[in-house]
Amino acid sequence: MTLWTVALAVVVAAPYWIWNPYHLHTLIMAGIFAVLALSLNLLLGYTGQLSLGHAAFFGLGAYASALLTVKLEWSPWIGLLAAVAVPALSGWVIGRLALKIRGAYFVLLTISFAGVISLVSVNWMDLTNGPLGIPGVPAIEIGLPGLPVVSLRTKSAYYYLVLAAVALCYLACAALIRSRVGRALIALRENETLAESVGIDVTHYLVLATVISAGMAGLGGGLYAHYTRFVSPEVFLFTYTVTMVTMVVAGGKGTLLGPVVGAVIFTALPEALRALTSWQWQMALYGILLIAVLFFMPRGIVPTLARRV
Amino acid sequence: MNVLEIRDLAVRFGGVAALGGVTFSVAHGTVTSLIGPNGAGKTTAFNVITGFQRATAGVVDHDGVGITGWRPYRIAARGLVRTFQRTSLFPALTVVENVLTGLHLRGSVGVVTALLRRGRVREEERRLEDDAARVIDFVGLGARRDALARALSYGEQRLLELGVALAAKPKLLLLDEPGSGMTASEKAALAGLIRKICDDGITVFLVEHDMRLVMGISDRVLVLDGGRLIADGSASNVQRDPAVIRAYLGAGAHADA
Repeated sequence: MTLWTVALAVVVAAPYWIWNPYHLHTLIMAGIFAVLALSLNLLLGYTGQLSLGHAAFFGLGAYASALLTVKLEWSPWIGLLAAVAVPALSGWVIGRLALKIRGAYFVLLTISFAGVISLVSVNWMDLTNGPLGIPGVPAIEIGLPGLPVVSLRTKSAYYYLVLAAVALCYLACAALIRSRVGRALIALRENETLAESVGIDVTHYLVLATVISAGMAGLGGGLYAHYTRFVSPEVFLFTYTVTMVTMVVAGGKGTLLGPVVGAVIFTALPEALRALTSWQWQMALYGILLIAVLFFMPRGIVPTLARRV
Repeated sequence: MNVLEIRDLAVRFGGVAALGGVTFSVAHGTVTSLIGPNGAGKTTAFNVITGFQRATAGVVDHDGVGITGWRPYRIAARGLVRTFQRTSLFPALTVVENVLTGLHLRGSVGVVTALLRRGRVREEERRLEDDAARVIDFVGLGARRDALARALSYGEQRLLELGVALAAKPKLLLLDEPGSGMTASEKAALAGLIRKICDDGITVFLVEHDMRLVMGISDRVLVLDGGRLIADGSASNVQRDPAVIRAYLGAGAHADA
């Protein structure tokens, strides 16, 4: 337990011991990816359904918040709420469509969805500004009555917002998994026929997992938009989805801590390699290390280490 | 009083009739067995009753309510719970987790409660864990509660399946060859369990190949052959029925289709 307390203290104090702003930036990105990986893990790790369109939920969240705050000049907090709500709604549609669709067909459905959304973002010039993107997304401010307004413009301030979001998502996942709802999700992964035969409405729980997962990915998108202050169709890139899948699988799918550990490692690794070697070696080493992790720890980093402890 | 009424139930796959219009009922508080040679349509009947397969024609009533064509989870929620011919468990979960998952219908926590009211969740978890312990003791897996389902012996796995089904609070329990692959002593223990389940007020409807098991515990035996009901009566009467003897010993026409 004391080990956890120390780890927590180190994480909370990060802006005070990380001097290099670029390192802090990497850590913030790791936090945003942790939210995304936790979100994907809910589907991939617990219900066993692979969403390869998860970047769509991320991107929808980013655009929802960016558009509302830039075009309508709404508060970024409402923007963040919309960043959760809009992808969650689309997740509900996907979930309903997937009524009878599982496995490879679910994968194809999510890929197609991401493809369509991405094309819309490029071509609906009036709304999204097309490939030029939306600049000038406002910074988030905390204005409590009677207190001076605190801007989260600085990296160290934003770090705490992202950290809070990671904690919130982690606790939400933990609360769901350690309940009847979580067991229903896992039952869907383990044996869908048996789950139905003991009265679990499998479709209901798949829709539920998709909605929560999409909302969470959207939150990650909203956080990204207000951090980089710029949103373009690049948020829908397939690379984002692949990165999320890598983090979940290498970290340990179906575990609570796995996606977070995976997100930190696989955000920091490319940066560390960039510092160590030339760019040619950077990607090759990244690939080799990833294969090594999957080869020696097929169940993921967290389950493998947890067994050794 | 009948818990289950089947009328003119037919299932056809293309030109093949797996069930050719059968009518029977299962009386409350009994152990009723459905027997017949391979391919007689026993499992098909189970699949239709529990919603895993659509009937081409016919009606399934449970306690006077038509449940034909309902989704399996709704049928389970009404109290019709089944096991499967081929071992069906949550293999990567422990014995306790398997049974807890089976207890789904006895809980009520949804997403909002799970996220916001941890006190209620803890309360429910405690209650379900007590229920799970009772079920596990009942099927005799008390010593194995933390073992992974896939690490259990075959006989233990079949007992766990029974436990998962019982967890779902059945009023009518449909067992599809529960004794298959069990040793003689395991079968004897199973027969005792089935009788006990019935004494607890759960009606048992059984598909089984082992005649000794069937004849020992059944109040009533139904015999299917080639998708048709050829006999219906007490165990001893059915055993003497010439049509049954012909179906089993085979006049060649429909042996092991």
